[in-house]
Amino acid sequence: MSGEYIAQQIVNGLILGSMYALVAIGFSMIYGIIRLINFAHGDVVMIGAFLTLGLLQVAGAPFLIVALVVLIASAIVGILIEKGAFRPMRGAPQVTGFIASLAVSIMLQNLGILVLTAQPRNFTFPDYLQKVINMGGVSFRAVDVVIMLSALTLMCALILLVNKTKLGMAMRATAENIDVARLMGININRTIMATFAMGSALAGIAGLMWGGKFGQIDPLLGFVPGLKSFVAAVIGGVGSIPGAILGGYVLGLSEVLFVGLLPPIYSAFRDAFVFSTLILILLIMPNGILGKPMEEGT
Amino acid sequence: MNQNRNRLVFLALILLGIGFVALVRSTVNEYILSIINFVGIYIILAVSLNITNGFTGLFSLGHPGFMAIGGYVTAILTFPVSRKSMFLELPQWLANLEMPFFPASIIGGVCAAMMALVVGLPVLRLRGHYLAVATLGFLIIVQVLITNWDSVTRGPLGLNGLPAITNLWYVYPWVVVTVYVAWKIKFSSYGRSMLSIREDDMAAQCLGVNLFRTRVAALVIGAFFAGIAGGLWAHLVTAITPTSFSLILAFYIVVMVVVGGAGSITGAFIAAIIFSVLTEIFRPLEENLDVYGVGEIFTAAILILILIYRPQGLFGSREPGFLSTRDRY
Repeated sequence: MSGEYIAQQIVNGLILGSMYALVAIGFSMIYGIIRLINFAHGDVVMIGAFLTLGLLQVAGAPFLIVALVVLIASAIVGILIEKGAFRPMRGAPQVTGFIASLAVSIMLQNLGILVLTAQPRNFTFPDYLQKVINMGGVSFRAVDVVIMLSALTLMCALILLVNKTKLGMAMRATAENIDVARLMGININRTIMATFAMGSALAGIAGLMWGGKFGQIDPLLGFVPGLKSFVAAVIGGVGSIPGAILGGYVLGLSEVLFVGLLPPIYSAFRDAFVFSTLILILLIMPNGILGKPMEEGT
Repeated sequence: MNQNRNRLVFLALILLGIGFVALVRSTVNEYILSIINFVGIYIILAVSLNITNGFTGLFSLGHPGFMAIGGYVTAILTFPVSRKSMFLELPQWLANLEMPFFPASIIGGVCAAMMALVVGLPVLRLRGHYLAVATLGFLIIVQVLITNWDSVTRGPLGLNGLPAITNLWYVYPWVVVTVYVAWKIKFSSYGRSMLSIREDDMAAQCLGVNLFRTRVAALVIGAFFAGIAGGLWAHLVTAITPTSFSLILAFYIVVMVVVGGAGSITGAFIAAIIFSVLTEIFRPLEENLDVYGVGEIFTAAILILILIYRPQGLFGSREPGFLSTRDRY
């Protein structure tokens, strides 16, 4: 096993990790603010991927405009999900929200099947993004560079937003204690809506990247990456944005290395590996790497 | 006095059920008969998940995982020896074994229950939706392992051509047993400790309820019946593949428990009938009109509406008055 091979695997892991990280941020933010594991988050990835397909290939819009539209449209999808399903049952036990998010997820998947059929569709980015770059034995496509750079940019923007703006302060306060935040005059509904919008926007962009990376999309595509990103969020510590980013990269790297370095016979077990990790982390260090201790009870 | 009355009511219901089974088997056609069998299996699944999820409040999505274990074990045990050697590479003693259906399904259920014990011992330390996610992880792990254990399960192809043994005379007694066991548990001190754990585990612990043991018991009992249901399912469809037992199935069973009312046996029973009949109505509709997915969308919408407007479900934790005059809870 040469050094080049390992370097190549690490690059692949970082690309996969960027996408996991983008989705995991949304999971973590939403969990942090209303203690909800939002299963439907993965399906926003699917919606983002199909929007990209429609705009890029059917409508033929330029790439940057497509990215912008996907960002905004996914944010709107997130707001609609929050308003339609989660706001009416705010204050109910946590498990209620969890079941509801499962229902929303199944609804979105089947709406996808109903409107777009379950047939997988091919997906190609414009040629200048497909160009293969070779650097010291490690090869990757231009789209991979775009994925990594835009993911990093978006993450930095988000961290700045959360730490430096008034809205970010409101979000942190609401996550800390929703009742006290309300007493301090923070508009809780608007803050939660903003959280959903931002998380979903990032998930939508992750969908765009997912399509560009793997070249094929179908209405159920969001499910497994969604779950894995949740695992990433748990690894990093649910509720913490830097934790979600770290968890995304850790999971992406370890998944790719699991497949790349072990004998091929094990690669079919990659999903089992990811979810065993999840169960282990939940049992051994439920706060993750960077998370604060989570509260007891249901 | 009341207890005698209850017994009589139950006896009457059981006899009524036997009459129904006999009537149905001599009148309706095969297709409707198979639907009724499915309804029975769904009742077993919903009522048994209700012990885990409804009584004790352990939100488990792993039910289809236990079903898959029970189903595969039963299927391999009843598979004709002559065909076993063609498909599978089993250890010698297993390859020469061909069991009757009934003991095989019991062994399937016991295997599922043992798996529940093994999984439950570590995982049941988690609470609430963390437990749900961990059991979902368990479900996916089971699927991956079954898909890749070619020599025993034939991988993604699954086992087909199983003997079509399941009929209403197998399903109905198991429905009765499941409901009976659930009922006995609910109205015993054990069931009351389960319900107390669901309501407030700290208070339950202070009153001397052994939290951990009760939780594990609730998961194991639910898993046993899930295993039985898996065996019945496999020999009704006469085929079993890793994808038969997916998250969408877990979702359907959870919907039945939530809509019926977590903790209510009658509720789970009725919701199981409603939803499994609904799916059967939607299936031909989807195929003829080419609108796949409508059934799932409809079910999910009902679930969300119930969660918003009637979160306790149709029956709450109660049973209807004519069945339980003794106590209402």
